Amino acid sequence: MTATDQDITENKKQDAQEFEGLQTPFKRFLSDFCESKLAVLGFLVIVGIALLAIFAPLLTPTDPYDLTSVTILDSRLAPGEKMMSGTVAYLGTDGAGRDMVSAMIYGLRISLGVGIGSGIIAMLIGISFGLLSAYAGGRVDALFMRIVDIQLSFPAILVALVLLVTLGKGVDKTLIALVVVQWAYYARTIRGTALVERRREYIESAVCLGLSKNRIMFRHLLPNCIAPMIVVGTMQVAHAISLEATLSFLGLGMPQTEPSLGRLISNGFEYILSGKYWISVFPGLALLVTIVSINLVGDRLRDVLNPRLQK
Amino acid sequence: MSVFIIRRLLQSGVVVIIMSFIVFSGVFLIGDPVEILVSDDADQEEREEMIKSMGLDKPFLVQYGIFVSKALKGNLGESFVFNEPALLLILDRMPATMELAVVSLMIAIIFGIPLGVWAGLKPESWASKSIMTGSILGFSLPTFWVGIMMILFFAVMLGWLPSTGRGDVQVILGMPISIFSWDGFSHVLMPAVNLALFKLSMVIRLARAGTREVLHQDYIKFAKAKGLQESRIILVHVMKNILIPVVTVLGLEFGGLVAFSVVTETVFAWPGMGKLLIDSIGLLDRPIIVAYLMIIVFLFVFINLVVDILYSILDPRVRLQDVKS
Amino acid sequence: MTQKPTLDVKDLRTYFFTKGGVAKAVDGITFSIAPGKVLGLVGESGSGKTVTGFSILGLVDQPGRVVGGEILYRGEDLNKVSAERMRELRGVNISMIFQDPMMTLNPVLRIDTQMIEAIRAHEKVSKEIARQRARDALGQVGIASPDERLRAYPHQFSGGMRQRVAIAIALLNKPDLIVADEPTTALDVTIQGQILYEVQKLCSQTGTALIWITHDLSVVAGLADQICVMYAGKIVESGEVNAVLDNPMHPYTHGLITSVPSKNKRGAPLSQIPGMAPSLLNLPKGCAFAPRCKWSNSNCQEQPDMRLAPENRRLLCHNPIEYNNDNFSQETS
Ligand SMILES: Nc1ncnc2c1ncn2[C@@H]1O[C@H](COP(=O)(O)OP(=O)(O)OP(=O)(O)O)[C@@H](O)[C@H]1O
Ligand SMILES: [Mg+2]
Repeated sequence: MTATDQDITENKKQDAQEFEGLQTPFKRFLSDFCESKLAVLGFLVIVGIALLAIFAPLLTPTDPYDLTSVTILDSRLAPGEKMMSGTVAYLGTDGAGRDMVSAMIYGLRISLGVGIGSGIIAMLIGISFGLLSAYAGGRVDALFMRIVDIQLSFPAILVALVLLVTLGKGVDKTLIALVVVQWAYYARTIRGTALVERRREYIESAVCLGLSKNRIMFRHLLPNCIAPMIVVGTMQVAHAISLEATLSFLGLGMPQTEPSLGRLISNGFEYILSGKYWISVFPGLALLVTIVSINLVGDRLRDVLNPRLQK
Repeated sequence: MSVFIIRRLLQSGVVVIIMSFIVFSGVFLIGDPVEILVSDDADQEEREEMIKSMGLDKPFLVQYGIFVSKALKGNLGESFVFNEPALLLILDRMPATMELAVVSLMIAIIFGIPLGVWAGLKPESWASKSIMTGSILGFSLPTFWVGIMMILFFAVMLGWLPSTGRGDVQVILGMPISIFSWDGFSHVLMPAVNLALFKLSMVIRLARAGTREVLHQDYIKFAKAKGLQESRIILVHVMKNILIPVVTVLGLEFGGLVAFSVVTETVFAWPGMGKLLIDSIGLLDRPIIVAYLMIIVFLFVFINLVVDILYSILDPRVRLQDVKS
Repeated sequence: MTQKPTLDVKDLRTYFFTKGGVAKAVDGITFSIAPGKVLGLVGESGSGKTVTGFSILGLVDQPGRVVGGEILYRGEDLNKVSAERMRELRGVNISMIFQDPMMTLNPVLRIDTQMIEAIRAHEKVSKEIARQRARDALGQVGIASPDERLRAYPHQFSGGMRQRVAIAIALLNKPDLIVADEPTTALDVTIQGQILYEVQKLCSQTGTALIWITHDLSVVAGLADQICVMYAGKIVESGEVNAVLDNPMHPYTHGLITSVPSKNKRGAPLSQIPGMAPSLLNLPKGCAFAPRCKWSNSNCQEQPDMRLAPENRRLLCHNPIEYNNDNFSQETS
């Protein structure tokens, strides 16, 4: 550790002691977070859903992708009826005769995968461009931010729609569309934070001490951008999952062979008027629970990590 | 002020040009419309004639040039499917979409601002917490699924409201409007609420956040120190401050409403331009897709412009900056 | 004191219940002020002066609360009155000038709106009459071309002008009691003099009582009749202004006076009170000033009681300077 680093940590320690008693910031963060029961519940649900998605092949009663075991004779069974294979379809079956429970767990897997995957890629791209923009300043900054502004002035759904119309269907294409839609948010957030952080004294003192630019960027700027990134990240993942479902519903996005939750709902839509509610309702509930949980956590994170609202 | 408007106008023009290029080149890449339009048993000659008549044999930049020169005359091409000017087809569907968006916006404002301000004034109360949790729900619920559920409950199970389509319309000031008859109103209600849900949540949160922030300001305390009525503090001092961000965002979001009506219109078979777009995507009807996107681009640029100007009227600080610069 | 006091504060306590603990911003203060008199409230930053002012007007916000004591305004306990009664009193009977002139005016409302509403909240007068009065009030605090200025927004004013507008608003309804929180710090000397003159005139003519919060002992010396010295939420010394300033008995008052530049010879190093003001969440046991006090001894580990000194002075100290003449002369020699 250099002298400055020590000074900085010392200063921070002092601040922490003054404002937060003798707790560590992390403990304080945890206790703040846990103050909202809903957020904790949301977090537990997310963990549960993630486990379901990861271990899908082990948990589902049938394999919805195995065309040999799926038969049209099982189609549109009401919840609780027995399928040809003898397994009980607790939540019914869809139009193709797939067990809804299994189809939903697999669908969840795809939805989560696409949502989180696109979120991570978008975040990496956004961080790179955002930091670069904040750091380079001048023309580069102006250009990047103009692009970001223009893109963000159009709603995500429209941008994704145009992209998918051009690119066609498929997991990879959906992923690309979702990344394109999201990166600008990250770029703008991180640039904003970086600019604010840059003006702080400790960065100035680091510059005065002649620390290299890269070092300042990664040792000092990045850690301070983590809090806003976490907040934007959670919200964006929820948004991406919802967007993917919407695109699939519109017949773009994920192909019929790999049905995400959105596709499943869309498939059930045609049977709604005849009262066969389960094909649309249950995947929708799964989608809803997932997104609500993520948003509850994200919302709490924003309240906890936003220093302005802290008393 | 006028310098400010002229500068914004120029910026808007540049955005329109850039977007027209992106839109055109994007859509240019879509599939092969000839495949769909020409019957399978057509011979090579007929195919080529078709391609020629649609101008598809020319290089991309030439096609773009033709597109721009025609577009400047208000001609955005003819629909491959309907053989009618794409622009007319879309303008024909536009009032339905606009009505849906405007009714939704009204719902979002009329319910959102009071709920949000209330939640901001009494953040610890039971009601406020429910409002906020509700707004998370509104954010999280995928619009199309809510739409389906609304149809399931109110149309299929309860039979209260019609599930699809647009009802009776009256022509008022040259605009077909449906909210003034029960039949029309009952048709527009579900789609409008469906479309409004997301914006409603947003207005609630903006209004709440704004209220909370403003309430902590010294000038509110000073207003209390003057002995003003609580109602005047909230309705004038707080409201005028939060209206600025809310109006800005809502204005900007009007375009979002129009864009998102693509989803709602598909669910409720509302005969607007969003549904036309989705149908055209299915049919690879390029001119309609291009025309739709260009109109949306125009709409967005226009909205941005109007919001900027409105903003400068509402917030005296912005006005001053622009006079200076 | 022969007249009935306008304001009589007894053992007032205002605490802030923060996550880090209870901050006793105002902890048992007692003072009173008679009509037409000026009370100077001085103390270091964070000693609780502003919170005292807010407590009187019932404007303490979450997480703070007035937890005890009485605030008797003409015999009426402001801690017990209804919210509506309190509102009626604010602005008409009791008004306050805030510390930060940049933040006190609503940025999106014109000055005339903000002044006229202050009048019309309490009196049924026409807009024209209210505007007339607003204009006169602006003239009174030395704002040129008040008619034009009324139509301006706050951001078009300088800090000093905003403060004068705030002062004008406080004077609008000719209150009985004004709490002025460092009102002249943002103003230049000539304007400061003018404002002080106007305020003094108001006090003597209409019998308005004034609580003048400040860091500036010279203003207090020239303006105030009484002085209260605050330290860490307590009034450590109070009394008639000349008596206290000429012969400070509390070591903290003494420190304050000797750290005023004008009291020193030019070029001589300023004496200053050693150490920092303590954090309210972490007050030392006993007398809060003891760790910084030259005269502290083992007695100071215990909270001193309020004691009366000659000339109606009150004091919160185990070892007042008077009884420590040896130390005192050593210090000054
Ligand atoms: N909203 C609040 N939350 C927590 N503590 C507060 C709050 N407002 C004031 N305090 C505490 O009350 C104490 C007194 O504050 P106050 O504003 O009265 O000081 P002051 O004497 O007016 O200082 P200055 O001369 O700087 O204006 C401070 O130590 C502060 O920590
Ligand atoms: Mg103060």
